Amino acid sequence: MIEIENVRKSFGQLEVLKGINLTVKKGEVLTIIGGSGSGKSTLLTCINGLETIDAGRIVVDGTDVHAKGTDLNKLRRKLGIVFQQFNAFPHLTVLENVMLAPVKVLGQSKAEAEAMAVKQLSHVGLGDKLKVYPSRMSGGQQQRMAIARALAMSPDYMLFDEVTSALDPQLVGEVLDTMRLLSSEGMTMIVVTHEIAFAREVSDRVAFFHKGRIHEIGPPAQVIGAPQQPETAAFLKSVL
Amino acid sequence: MFDTSLTLADLGFLAQGAAMTLAVTAVSVIAGTILGIVFGVIRNQAGPYWSIPLTFLLDVFRSVPLLIQLVLGNAAQSIFKLGWPPFTTSCVVLSLYTAAYCTEIVRGGISSVPATTRRAARSLGLTWWQDMRYIVAPLATRVSLPAWIGLTLGVMKDSALVLWLGLIELLRASQILVTRLQEPLFILIICGAIYFIISFPVARLGGYLEKRWSPND
Repeated sequence: MIEIENVRKSFGQLEVLKGINLTVKKGEVLTIIGGSGSGKSTLLTCINGLETIDAGRIVVDGTDVHAKGTDLNKLRRKLGIVFQQFNAFPHLTVLENVMLAPVKVLGQSKAEAEAMAVKQLSHVGLGDKLKVYPSRMSGGQQQRMAIARALAMSPDYMLFDEVTSALDPQLVGEVLDTMRLLSSEGMTMIVVTHEIAFAREVSDRVAFFHKGRIHEIGPPAQVIGAPQQPETAAFLKSVL
Repeated sequence: MFDTSLTLADLGFLAQGAAMTLAVTAVSVIAGTILGIVFGVIRNQAGPYWSIPLTFLLDVFRSVPLLIQLVLGNAAQSIFKLGWPPFTTSCVVLSLYTAAYCTEIVRGGISSVPATTRRAARSLGLTWWQDMRYIVAPLATRVSLPAWIGLTLGVMKDSALVLWLGLIELLRASQILVTRLQEPLFILIICGAIYFIISFPVARLGGYLEKRWSPND
């Protein structure tokens, strides 16, 4: 379970998160929607400790992420994250991209890591691209590779940070299909997205972020189907 | 008809000089590169404010002519009674000179690796060291290689200045022969040809590695 208690975060004078409270249970798919600068992506990077927080607490399976003495490298093994930019390691083949962390971080043997990498790459539809370098692949394929790379660590949670935003429209579908698959398999996911139809389809809950706060949260039928707050309705109108 | 007093023994003497040039260059480039990597990483990690003292020191080595550095280095080892032979003094000064340039090459190479790529590596649980070793080092090396090859070739040619400390390297060996045989043009052509022969493989190495890495880009 991920527990977020009154989290605040500023960049200089700008307060990006103004007291976020949120709990994500195992197996849940939470989608975060909201305008640019509303703090959605910052929250994800705070959850896996890539960003520090100024106040509050984030607890993942009983471990306080930002407490002194927390082994962040160990914690990150259970928190897979995929970013807007594909962030492929360009000097490694697709297979090597996916194998690197299991070998170096989890200490798996090369054979073990390769078997897992092939399984995850096949899972996301890249079983025929093992020896290819990322530069030879489309954005959608690179993003699916990034998902496989995170999955190869067998994380308990997956965080997706606007993973389709940098893709050509025709490539968005293949990445969303991969995420649908994960959701149907029961993966716990926090998904920051502008794909409202996708959010409505896969989410257990949708949170609407506005000016660093959770403005509205609830089942998709409520937040997307019948928003209670005028800001939520205005946002949905602007993106739909 | 072309006639020369140059003997086989003289060519052997030039070869010995070339070997000294290679030795001084190899030691200086290896030591200077190791120091440059350490300093470059420190410069990159410490940020501009904390690395001011190091930057200032390296700027001195980059700004003062190498000849002056060699003469002062030799004077310093004499004043402090270090008892270094000219070879050691030459290598120490040239290593620091190389390190000063290499630091900036390394710093630039590390900076060229996108922060988002490094963030992705850390998000997978890789430690700082693993990120440096498996992601940053290979990518930064590709970016830095052409400049490093240029530096190595430059140091090889600049190493001729160690003749001022009494080392008989390639240029000094040529000078000695010119004085004795009075055939400056011919001997300097041979000297230049030897410089070219020992530089050429280094220059080609860069081209080879670029070609080898290009399918990935």
